[in-house]
Amino acid sequence: MATEYRVGPLDEIPERGGVLAIAGDVEVGVFRVDGGLRAYENRCRHQGGPVCTGEILGRYVADLNADGTIAGERFDDDQLRIACPWHGWEYDLATGRCAADPRFGLRRFEVLVREGDVYVMVGDR
Amino acid sequence: MSDGHGSRQATVVPDRSFSFLANARREVASRGLFDVPVVDCDCHLYETSAMPEIIRHIENPNVRRSFERMSPGMLMHAMLPGNLGDRSVSGRIKTDLDMQLPTGDRAGIHRLAAGLLHSMDQMAIDYSILFPTPMLTLGTHPMPEVEVELGRAYNRWLVRDVLPASPRIRTMAYLPLSDPDASVAFVEEFADAPGVVGFMVTAVRYQPIHENRFMKVFAALNERAAPLAFHSGPNWSDRPFEQLNRFLSAHALGFPFYAMLQLTNVVVNGIPERFPNVRFCFMEAGQAWVPFLIARLDGEYRQRASEAPLLKRLPGAYIRDMFFTTQPFEQLDDVDHMRTVFETMAADTQLLYSSDYPHQDFDLPTLIWDLPFLSEQARRNILGGNAMRLFGLPAPERPAVTVERPHPA
Repeated sequence: MATEYRVGPLDEIPERGGVLAIAGDVEVGVFRVDGGLRAYENRCRHQGGPVCTGEILGRYVADLNADGTIAGERFDDDQLRIACPWHGWEYDLATGRCAADPRFGLRRFEVLVREGDVYVMVGDR
Repeated sequence: MSDGHGSRQATVVPDRSFSFLANARREVASRGLFDVPVVDCDCHLYETSAMPEIIRHIENPNVRRSFERMSPGMLMHAMLPGNLGDRSVSGRIKTDLDMQLPTGDRAGIHRLAAGLLHSMDQMAIDYSILFPTPMLTLGTHPMPEVEVELGRAYNRWLVRDVLPASPRIRTMAYLPLSDPDASVAFVEEFADAPGVVGFMVTAVRYQPIHENRFMKVFAALNERAAPLAFHSGPNWSDRPFEQLNRFLSAHALGFPFYAMLQLTNVVVNGIPERFPNVRFCFMEAGQAWVPFLIARLDGEYRQRASEAPLLKRLPGAYIRDMFFTTQPFEQLDDVDHMRTVFETMAADTQLLYSSDYPHQDFDLPTLIWDLPFLSEQARRNILGGNAMRLFGLPAPERPAVTVERPHPA
C-alpha cells in the first residue's frame, strides 16, 4: 500500500533539475523533465549508489557526415540523463531506463501536483 | 506528520547533497553482511596527498631534493609516470568527494587511516589490504633509484605512520623489482613489520621477470613463504594502447593484459616449481579471463612442451593454485557461464573479494553475496575466509561501527 508524501511547492523544483526527498525510509529524487514530473528511488540498479544526487547532463552524441566520418560531438539537451556519482551509470531522466542497457531501470513512483504542491506516492518495498 | 489529505511530509535535502557511502551502508546491512567476515584484499590510498610525509624517508639526497621541491601536482607529471586519463568521466563520477568524509571519533590516528576505517565501516569490511595509487606505474620509471627510493619511503611511512592506527589495516609492501638487490633488502626489512602481510610488484613494467637476476627476489620470498601480489593497472602510454582513443578502452584492456603478461612469464618459466612456497596473487584484473588464459597456455604447452622444460603439470594446474581478486567484477549475463568461470579457477578457495575503493570502479561486497550459484560457504570464503587463510589474519573482532548519518545537516 502506497503512502502519499508532500515534497513541497512545485516552483521549488528547478526546471531540468530536481530535489532529493526523504519519504519515510525511502529516498526519492523528484525531477522536472519534458514539462512533467518524475520520481525515482535514490538507488542505482548497478550497486545501489545514490543516483538521484548525480549530475544531470544532456545525452552525449556524435554526429556523422554522409561519408561515415564524424562531424563532431555535442550534448543533446533535449534528452536529459542523470549519472550515478558512484560509477557513472546514466539513466534517461524521462523514463528512468539505463541509457547504456535499457534492461535496467530505476524504481519509479507516481507524482502528482495539488494546489501548487508536489506529492509522491511511495509504496511498500 | 500528516496534512488534511492524509499526506505525510517528506524531508527535502538541500541541493540534492549526499554523504558518499550512506547507500553502501544500507546495501550491506540489508544482506546482513555486518555479521560476515569481509576482507578487502585490494583497496587504495592516494599517497600523493601525503607526499611531504613520505619523502622524509627518502635516503638519496638528490632524489629527496627533487621530491621536496615539487607540489603533488607537479610530482604526478615529473616523477610518477603513466597516469593518463580522466577517471571521473568528465566529472560524472564523484569518488573525490569521499576525501571530505567525516572520519568519526578517531582523533590521534593518521587522517588517511581514519578515512579508511570510516569507509570500511560503511561497507562492512573487517580488514583492508592497502595499495598505493599513482605509484602503481612507478615500475616504468627509467631511473631505478627513483623506484627504490620512493618505494622504500612509502613502505616506511606506511609501517610507521599509518598501519599502527588499527590491526584492521594491512598492506603488501612495495617491491622495486627494477633493482633485485634492493628488492631482497626490502623483503628483509619489511617481511616481519607489523601489518605487512606480503609483498607487491606492480604489473605495469618492462623488466622480464623470468631473468636470472630476479631469482634472488623469489628466493627471499620463498624462504618466508610470503604472498606476492602482481598489482595490475592501465598504461595508456604503452605503445599498443596508444591506438586506443578512449580511456574506456585502455582501462578495459590494460588491467587483464598486464596480469596475463606477468602470469604467463611466471608459469611458463616454472617459477612456482622453483619457488613453491611463494603464494602468487593477481590484483585488480578481474577474473573472467582466467579460464581463457588456462585454455590458451594449456593448448600451447601441449604443442611446445620443450619451451617450458621446468613444468611438471599443465600451466592451468599452476594457475589454479594462484589467487585472484574480484574487482573489477565482470558480471556475465549468463549465470551458467559465470559458474563455469568460478569452477574453472577454483574460486571457492582461490578468489579474494576486493573493493578497489576509493577508485572510480569500486565494488561493494554485495556483488559476491548476491551471486545466485554460490553456496553460503563459498560466499563466505570469497568475501573473507580465503584471505584470512592466505594472509594469516585472525577472526575479526566486531568493532563498534561508526554510524554515518544519511545526509549532512
